[in-house]
Amino acid sequence: MKKVFGRPRFLKKTPFHYCAGCGHSIIHRIITEVIEEMEIQERVIGIPPAGCSVFAYYYFDVDMAESAHGRGAAVATGYKRAYPEAVVFTYQGDGDLAAIGTAEVIHTANRGENITGFFVNNAVYGMTGGQMAPTTLCDQTTTTSPFGRDPRMEGYPLKISEMIAPLNGVAYIERTAVTTPAGIRKTKKAVRKAFETQIRGLGFSLVEMLSPCPVNWKMSPLESWQWVEQVMTKEYPLGVIKDATGAGNAG
Amino acid sequence: MLVKIIFAGFGGQGVLSMGLNLAQAAMDEGKNVTFLPSYGVEVRGGTANCTVAISDDEIASPVASSPDYIVVMNQPSLVRFQNQLHSGGVMFYNSSLIETGITRGDISLVAVPASEMAESMGSARSANMVMLGAFTRKTNVVSLDTLIKGMMETLKSKPKLIAINKQALTAGYDLAQQKAHARNVPGSF
Amino acid sequence: MDGNSAAGEGAIRAGCQCYFGYPITPQNELTEYMAANMSRRKGCAFIQAESEVAAINMVYGASLAGTRAMTSSSSPGMSLKQEGISYLAGSELPAVIVNISRGGPGLGSIAAAQSDYFQATRGGGHGDYRTIVLAPASVQEIVDHTHMAFDLADKWLMPVIVLADGMLGQMKEPVQFHHEAPEVLPIRANALRGAKGRPSRFIRTCTSNVSEVEDLNWSLFRRYQLIQKEETAFDAFEVEDAEMIVVAFGIAARMAKGAVKNARKDGLRVGLLRPVTLWPFPYDVIGELGDRVKQFLVFEMSMGQMLEDVQLALKNKAEVSFYGRPGGVIPTSSEVHRVISRLYFQKGLGRL
Repeated sequence: MKKVFGRPRFLKKTPFHYCAGCGHSIIHRIITEVIEEMEIQERVIGIPPAGCSVFAYYYFDVDMAESAHGRGAAVATGYKRAYPEAVVFTYQGDGDLAAIGTAEVIHTANRGENITGFFVNNAVYGMTGGQMAPTTLCDQTTTTSPFGRDPRMEGYPLKISEMIAPLNGVAYIERTAVTTPAGIRKTKKAVRKAFETQIRGLGFSLVEMLSPCPVNWKMSPLESWQWVEQVMTKEYPLGVIKDATGAGNAG
Repeated sequence: MLVKIIFAGFGGQGVLSMGLNLAQAAMDEGKNVTFLPSYGVEVRGGTANCTVAISDDEIASPVASSPDYIVVMNQPSLVRFQNQLHSGGVMFYNSSLIETGITRGDISLVAVPASEMAESMGSARSANMVMLGAFTRKTNVVSLDTLIKGMMETLKSKPKLIAINKQALTAGYDLAQQKAHARNVPGSF
Repeated sequence: MDGNSAAGEGAIRAGCQCYFGYPITPQNELTEYMAANMSRRKGCAFIQAESEVAAINMVYGASLAGTRAMTSSSSPGMSLKQEGISYLAGSELPAVIVNISRGGPGLGSIAAAQSDYFQATRGGGHGDYRTIVLAPASVQEIVDHTHMAFDLADKWLMPVIVLADGMLGQMKEPVQFHHEAPEVLPIRANALRGAKGRPSRFIRTCTSNVSEVEDLNWSLFRRYQLIQKEETAFDAFEVEDAEMIVVAFGIAARMAKGAVKNARKDGLRVGLLRPVTLWPFPYDVIGELGDRVKQFLVFEMSMGQMLEDVQLALKNKAEVSFYGRPGGVIPTSSEVHRVISRLYFQKGLGRL
């Protein structure tokens, strides 16, 4: 009988430590499936961040190296310049990429570094206990915006993908959500396209994935998935934000 | 033997290249040598200066708190550096641009109309080399030959400048020689 | 050649493949030298990074890939690099960092100073780690120490700091290069270059199991003990019959040596002990000297940082005086000579 579904080859047999309903485990699965399908496992290097996914190397069965908080893009740059044959990706949360690592991601994108960023946006600092992130929505309650994010005091949700899209070094950016089967399929295509962009040497590629964080949002997993679809996507519209690869729409 | 020299002038007068040429020549003659430029904001525009130390022995410090010689190319440098000169030291000054303000009585003076001579050769920017030629003749710290060879090495990527610089170095050297013959007292012309 | 360019050429000849820098005075000539000489060199990488923070993290990335990687800066920029240096130390990755130090604290001055001694020798960033610190005293030594720094970094798998200063960086002196740049750039064995023909690996410092972090600290500590035994380096000058010993490092040691020579000419029995490695520090040799010599003078271009190591080494066996000029003021050799003479006679030395 033909096997139609199984564990991706490069996802280790380690139970995930992520909370029920969290998007990280789905995203890990998507990336490892694509690595397997593209047969690039021997030359992939992953750079996980400080954050909930700090232990991503417990799950990814490819070479990985920790980065300081926010510095993933700089670490990936140094690595790729030293060893251009590698396929290098960073895995970063919204605090990591859009707050402390803003300078690094902008300049890495602007130099057109041939690396791929996987940007997991859950609108909150997960690991440290649910503080406000740059991507937190207006009126959204967090432990450091207990009365809801007030844009007059805390500014507006930061749209990094739209910000860096005009930079000439950027080849491909797409925003997806991992909260529906269709969204997961689209995400997988985008991940593949991002890796292909890198391998073809076209420049910087980024996939922003809207991802639920039920525990810190104080919702059930189902509610959090609905919140992504119904609320978050209004602030962060899904789709291709930039495609300068000359290869058409990935989605 | 340990000799320390401060060169000073406007940025753009070629003050650093005077020091560098002398340092190169001293190195070619097998001496220990250090070259220390002033750096930072003051090199862009304002005054520039550098210190050269030449010695048969190891050089303890590239800094000269009381140099044996100072070479000043403009009035502000005279004001700033004349009081640092070692008592009994020699001050070379660009008499084309410095007319007054020399207050020390315990030092020897060598006036070199470097800017005028350079202009008469059709290359106002070579005043530094005229001065360096005169300095070399008076002090004998290095030979004119090594100085010219060193200059040619430094400027090998800009061959156009070699001839004029050589002319200027020689003119300064000859001027100092004539004056020395005329009075035979260091620093009296 | 100026000290900054000399560090660059020394690095290239040591097989440095990746350089990442950021402008700051007085080390700009080093970044410029690497831009001119590495950006088009086959297989090499040069980036002017967006910050010192990015530059040191690029070094971390290039070191992961097994290449010889370097960055350089001056004091305020070194403060920014400390995060990355801590990660390099914790991840047991080699790297070379050149500090052409200047006066602080804060933006301070751009003139030469030695006030980064504590930062360099105590790790500098967070966590329990050390870096090997080499302190050149001439442009020639900048060349030699930069080369040595790459070898030490690879040997001990840790960051190595070359601690010079603005004067050494800016001054020109004749130099000789004893090595040609290697034809094939060295790649460290066991570098993280993809899970090809072996199981996948990861490099990290973070773990939820504190005993693993404790093990890492113990393993680093044992390595540091070996380094103290094997790599401590110093220069001793005229110490055999000395009644007073001056302790100084880097450019200050060079000035002090001139002062000691002049004091000897005056008949004063003075010697110089110059730590060449600031970490590991030559505690033992200074301690042994303290059994015989009862007067020490520490001279630094700071308010006294190495002073504390000299005091630790001597364990109250001898009297320690200090002379320092902080903030970027450059003392002169004759100034140090005067201090030596004054102290020598104040302490009643030279009387039989």
